[in-house]
Amino acid sequence: MSMTRRQLLLLLPAAAVAWDYLLAGTPEAAPNYNLAGHWWAMLIDINKCIGCGSCVRACQLENKVPDGYYRTWVERYHIADWEMQYPKVDSPNGGKDGFPAGKETVGKNFFVPKLCNHCAESPCTQVCPVGATFISPDGVVLVDQEYCLGCRYCVQACPYGCRFINPQTNTANKCTLCYHRITKGLTTACCEVCPTGARQLANLKDPNDPIHAFLHTHSVQVLKPQMATGSKCFYNGLDGAVR
Amino acid sequence: MQIPVDGFMYPNEVELQWSVLIVLYPYITGLVAGAFILASLERVFQVQAVKPTYRLALLTALAFLLVAPMPLQLHLGHPERSFEMYLTPHTSSAMAMFGFVYLWYLLAVLVLEIWLDYRHDIVVLSHTTTGWRCLLYRMLTLGSTNISPRALHVDERAGWVITVIGIPSAFLLHGYVGFIFGSVKANPWWSSPLMPVVFLFSAMVSGIAVVMLLYMLLTAMRREPIDMRCVDTIAKYLFYTFIIDFSLEMLDLIHRIYEADESFRSLDFMVHTRLYFSHIVVQIVLGTVAPIVLLAITQVAKLTDLARKRVYVLSGCLTLIGIFAMRWNVVIGGQLFSKSFLGYTSYKMGFVAREGLLAAIILTILPFIFLWVLVKLLPPWPAKPSRARVASAD
Amino acid sequence: MQVFRDAGHLFRVAAVFLAGLVLFLVVRGCLVPPSFGRYGHYRANAITEIAALPVNYAGHRACEDCHSDVQDVKSKGVHKPVACESCHGPLSAHASDPASVTPAKLDTAILCVRCHQQNIAKPNGFPQVNAEHSGGVACDSCHQPHNPAMTAEATK
Repeated sequence: MSMTRRQLLLLLPAAAVAWDYLLAGTPEAAPNYNLAGHWWAMLIDINKCIGCGSCVRACQLENKVPDGYYRTWVERYHIADWEMQYPKVDSPNGGKDGFPAGKETVGKNFFVPKLCNHCAESPCTQVCPVGATFISPDGVVLVDQEYCLGCRYCVQACPYGCRFINPQTNTANKCTLCYHRITKGLTTACCEVCPTGARQLANLKDPNDPIHAFLHTHSVQVLKPQMATGSKCFYNGLDGAVR
Repeated sequence: MQIPVDGFMYPNEVELQWSVLIVLYPYITGLVAGAFILASLERVFQVQAVKPTYRLALLTALAFLLVAPMPLQLHLGHPERSFEMYLTPHTSSAMAMFGFVYLWYLLAVLVLEIWLDYRHDIVVLSHTTTGWRCLLYRMLTLGSTNISPRALHVDERAGWVITVIGIPSAFLLHGYVGFIFGSVKANPWWSSPLMPVVFLFSAMVSGIAVVMLLYMLLTAMRREPIDMRCVDTIAKYLFYTFIIDFSLEMLDLIHRIYEADESFRSLDFMVHTRLYFSHIVVQIVLGTVAPIVLLAITQVAKLTDLARKRVYVLSGCLTLIGIFAMRWNVVIGGQLFSKSFLGYTSYKMGFVAREGLLAAIILTILPFIFLWVLVKLLPPWPAKPSRARVASAD
Repeated sequence: MQVFRDAGHLFRVAAVFLAGLVLFLVVRGCLVPPSFGRYGHYRANAITEIAALPVNYAGHRACEDCHSDVQDVKSKGVHKPVACESCHGPLSAHASDPASVTPAKLDTAILCVRCHQQNIAKPNGFPQVNAEHSGGVACDSCHQPHNPAMTAEATK
């Protein structure tokens, strides 16, 4: 079949547009989800955490986290006396199976759940060489599994130790704030199963979210404030000894 | 993977992220920068004494620069995606911008400078060789066979300009690697404005040492007399650069000890235990203090040529080992302690693994093989007449 | 002109560099993913891809749709804030197609202990028991997990 030059001139740009459309796809969030209406954060109440490890287990089951790596974990602190600088900390298997009864009797003891802080000024997204990790318009720091090179720079740059390299995909992995759940109106897996409500998901852009009242009436801290990461993981009752 | 942990580490920190290959990478780029700075001593600063090493230094820099991306490719989880750094470089990432610094330095500085310096020889060789070599040289001439004095003068001027641009480019090349570490605020062993400067000066030290050793080795292999004025001058520059490098490292150490911030106790313990051998013994004593003392002796005492040669070889070898140890202590040391400052892990280095010791050894040897090929294709020194022909002329 | 003849080779080098640059730009134009840069320096489609990952925990509201009787019992006791899947595990498969997945019977010896085993690090006021509390008897002999107060009917 021969084609006239005119036909070719019309066909080629049309084909180019169709090809571009095919490649682009149309990024739409889940139905009824408004990106601009959300700025996600997490509230953790140390006074309520019982160290049961339900959150660690649920996260692993929800997100297929490989053994030996943790998207969230729980630490147990023991401070013998007034010396805040020298706590004793342990996190057996990330706290996944709870904690064995400790031998300590005196001093201060408590649990600290940890996860990605979804920093507003995150050092991890700053160092990614290709733009594979980023903060979404609704405030969740995510990793593009199709684009990540596995250079591990982001893992080095995170002050909180919340990133790891998934040995199955050879890409960077971390807590996604259960993005696939929160965009559908569900809460994160860890918040869902927390029996005491120590973990609460929050939307800072929602004026009716209980976090606003909580932040106004409680003293809250973030981890490593001197790093100025704009952490959006707020802790109520965080002791000064917590690293 | 059961890696023993002392104390407490965040659960994801136990396994080291950056392996011996990432130790090797700054070592190799450091040798590149240092070799180039030595070459520029002659070209720009008119230090005539080191002229015999000019071409060798450039070829050494090229051989090492070609190998430099290899440890990175072996380390990446997805090396097939590495080109993404050129497609969508994240301008806030030092690692991304380094891709362009590398490309700039390779093409616009090193390759261009070598080409301009060798152009006359390339044109001559394209006429005097046959077969695939002839084809290669003809391609390298880019079709231009003008080697008139005026054209060569143009080459000389252009080469000078490129060298002048090349010096800050070489600083940028290795300073950037230092910045990749020095800008990580999460890691107090790395985070320091001194890091790029320390890296740069230790690079210069290692680069100068490697060119000095290679020159002595190759000259001995060619059964030519070693130009003592040349090596004496190189050793002198090595000595001065070492003094600066040592001062910078001591400044960092003293500053840390004096300020004793929250990380100090943990880092101090690490240096006294896990890093004792590699940091105190190998890097500081054997790798820095010993060469400085040896070189100082050659500067103040009157030694014979043979004695000086031996001292230079010994100092050069100790320097290369010491600078490798420095890279090891920075990269591996920076990952042995917990960011909670409450614990330590260990580095389990495989042997035949993708990021194992064998790979590191092969990648260390490979630049010398590349250099051998380059020296054969682009001889740094004029060929001497063969003994047979000289004998038959009698 | 004389200068072109003497510097001709430099122009050839410049041409090679320029050709390389053009080639790079063309290749780049083809290979950069189309959705890149839409919201920031990343592939916008990644957001959709991540949002489309499968859900494994149905969420307590899904359970309450069918199991309103259990919900009634639970809402009267101290386990009211405890989500169903906190004990029963991820059950979104069961929630979408109840017949396909039957949730497993739980072992109270492991389950209850995780939260209620005495541990000095637990907050004061949180109900904790030590190993001798039941003398080896299963927890649900005396406590109905959905409403664990002693006055409520035990499971066994």
